[in-house]
Amino acid sequence: METDAPPTARLLDLIREEFGLIGTKEGCGEGECGACSIFVNNSLQNSCLIPIGAIAGAEIQTIEGLMETEQFKILDESYSECGGVQCGYCIPGMVMASAALLSENPNPTDAEIREGISGNLCRCTGYNMIVDAVELAAKKGEVVCQKK
Amino acid sequence: MRLKDISTPVPKKDHKDKVSGQLPYISDVKVDNMVYGVLYRSPIAYGKIKSIYVPTLPEGYDVVGAEDIPGPNYVKIIKQDQPIFANEWVNYIGEPILMLVGKDLNTLYGLRDKVKVEFEEHQPIYTLDEAIDQISSASFVSYEFGKGLDIISAIEQDAHQIVEEEYTTGYQEHVYLEPQGMLAVYKDDEIVVHGSMQALYYIKNALLSALACGDDEVRVVQSPTGGGFGGKEEFPSMMACHVAIAANAVKKSVMLVFDRHEDMVVTTKRHPAKFKYRTALDKEGNILSMCVDVFLDGGANEGLSSVVLQRSLLNSAGVYNIPHFHAKGHVLKTNTVPNGAFRGFGAPQSFAGIESHMGHLSKYAQLDPLEYKRKYLVKQGDPTITKGNFRDPILMEEMIEDLLDASDYNKKKEEFQRFNQQNLRYKKGIGTSVFLHGCGFTGSGERDHIKATVKLVKSKDGKVLLKISNSDMGQGIYTTLSKIVAKELDLPLEQVSYPDPDTKEVPDSGPTVASRTTMIVGKLLERAAKKLKAEWKSGEEQEVFEHYVHREMIPWDEKTFTGDAYPAYSWGVNFVEVEVDTLTGIVKLEKVYGNYEVGKAIDDRIMKGQIDGGLAQGLAYGYLEKMTTKQGKIQQKSISDYGPPTSLDVVPIESKLFDNPYADGPSGAKGAGELTLIGGAPAVQSAIEDALQTSFQQIPVTAEVIMESLERKLVNRVD
Repeated sequence: METDAPPTARLLDLIREEFGLIGTKEGCGEGECGACSIFVNNSLQNSCLIPIGAIAGAEIQTIEGLMETEQFKILDESYSECGGVQCGYCIPGMVMASAALLSENPNPTDAEIREGISGNLCRCTGYNMIVDAVELAAKKGEVVCQKK
Repeated sequence: MRLKDISTPVPKKDHKDKVSGQLPYISDVKVDNMVYGVLYRSPIAYGKIKSIYVPTLPEGYDVVGAEDIPGPNYVKIIKQDQPIFANEWVNYIGEPILMLVGKDLNTLYGLRDKVKVEFEEHQPIYTLDEAIDQISSASFVSYEFGKGLDIISAIEQDAHQIVEEEYTTGYQEHVYLEPQGMLAVYKDDEIVVHGSMQALYYIKNALLSALACGDDEVRVVQSPTGGGFGGKEEFPSMMACHVAIAANAVKKSVMLVFDRHEDMVVTTKRHPAKFKYRTALDKEGNILSMCVDVFLDGGANEGLSSVVLQRSLLNSAGVYNIPHFHAKGHVLKTNTVPNGAFRGFGAPQSFAGIESHMGHLSKYAQLDPLEYKRKYLVKQGDPTITKGNFRDPILMEEMIEDLLDASDYNKKKEEFQRFNQQNLRYKKGIGTSVFLHGCGFTGSGERDHIKATVKLVKSKDGKVLLKISNSDMGQGIYTTLSKIVAKELDLPLEQVSYPDPDTKEVPDSGPTVASRTTMIVGKLLERAAKKLKAEWKSGEEQEVFEHYVHREMIPWDEKTFTGDAYPAYSWGVNFVEVEVDTLTGIVKLEKVYGNYEVGKAIDDRIMKGQIDGGLAQGLAYGYLEKMTTKQGKIQQKSISDYGPPTSLDVVPIESKLFDNPYADGPSGAKGAGELTLIGGAPAVQSAIEDALQTSFQQIPVTAEVIMESLERKLVNRVD
């Protein structure tokens, strides 16, 4: 992808305004809430803090990209079965953080899950049902891996 | 899916679009010919506007202000005291004066920096204490009720002792993850306002007044709403006026979306409060009489504060039957951002206060706080403090017994005592709270003001649509209210749907507030479904309406503050265990328990979501979240300055529901959303007090407050 936007433009704005991808949300614009979480070269980042000049040539994945994956399908089901979604505004970012955690650590403990999603704020759920969802996704992922 | 037991969880109807992020919230929306708005806000707390200078604007950029308002210049709610655009007096820092509109936000910010307003500054009232000192001029509204003061004064004269306490509670900020946003779409024959909201008809009525237009010239459509918690009850009406007036003036569609900073400093918050308790005790520490004075900081405009105060007062005796109780309350004006609705609506302040006071009184009776509280618990048939009646069964004793067992309370108290003797740095404690929530509007609100109507529309192919004005803001009513209708009609849940409400399509079923939606609107829908079932004709389009009918009990009289203030109550008990680091003052939650009675849950999993989320907010209100003002300015401008809980602050919550079906609720359900917040703060305060063997007269009990208290203790010991 190429853009004429200035190098100081925020990656978040590029994703939302220029590419029209609305799954990456703005909750604070200061890197505090995680609603705009995306992958830059497979590492979880807040897109509101990244000037696009800093990521020339990097591989970017948003929730729209993750949606195509088997990992998303599992997370989607797990979030539904555990009731992890309320207002939904933090959720795409939370799902990105969950995917990042599970990619690195397929069998996280409760404490590791809490640590893994601690950069993503949720005001509705009190987090526990999201933690359950990540735990369930880990279990489901194991089953999927075994089948393969 | 056909529903057997209504409480059995089902997948949420809006899950798919939310998990993928493809549900368009208002900030995701773009329409043709759309411009943005930015507000110029008062930099001073109190003064008179002398002149306004606006720089020359480039083509396509406009200024909108008070002179562009076709109707009267106030946001219609209760009183006419909140200007849409201030043009004479400003009453708080951040009050909107004018709006600049145009295509590019950065250009607008640059132009706004060049706006100059000259003021004649006056002396503001910055704090609640200053306002209390000037109570005769600063009071917006007051109520007084209960046993006569002459009787109480006679009791006090014979009492063994009088215990007086002052207690304060701080601001609470909603921090819904989606900041406020509103879009007015300009069309030749109508203005359609879309946005994040809880109360469609509050907005529509505010727009009818501000635009001085006909009913069919303005329309309000709810966008997916990223959390509300009360913050999107009355505040969005003002934003809706701003964008609709601008759209009307410039004949373009106008979008106004706050960034987090603006959202934190100018939107409504939970009222800071002060309580004064004066309680007469006998020799054994039994309560002979109690007087409570409540002071709420209303901020600069009255808004909904009078109703918030009513709920504060109605909960000022907690869940207790206190002999000879008297209460008085004021909302006071300060030159700070107006305060408003927040989950619990005045009750969390009162419960924090009364639970704290009762805990402290228990020492005079040399009883465990919970044991002392249990002596005064209200029972079925007892009068309320307003001479109403608790007419339904109350399961509090059962719920408390259950938690005493589940938490192993007595054993734990001993264990913690031993632990605290052996450990210098870390101290453990266990605390409790017992609480209720009056479901639905206070007093005669449902009958006199809301008069809710619901509508069901059946299509030829037998699909049923819910046509109501209530917002799903995450609490799950798309799912729960659809379940109620599907169950009554014996239809698969997939055949019932609930589109985003639009005032052109839906009658006024009232705002999404006051724990009324499931109980009041849900019951109307259940009745409508019953009617539709009886009249069901296959292959035909059908519509049914159902209107609110008031079940008269002891009539509520706002003037004398007597009668049944609520049709029903939901109940709860929380136990909290903490560990306090006395070196840093940092509190760690160890265990959290909650037992709740909400009649009958419409969906157990959604209810658990309410419990976990509400309790996280309630606990944090007690020890974590802190917002302050300095000379009228909010000091916490970012989320991390303020400090809502992260996943590392909360622990799993062991919760249980006790069924107690309520005749006037759908499938027996009562209100639930606000109840879950109320017990958190008092339980965490009492746990910290138990750990440190001290008492606090405020929330939040932050690390700083704890360190100060420990230092005072040390100084006292040295002295």
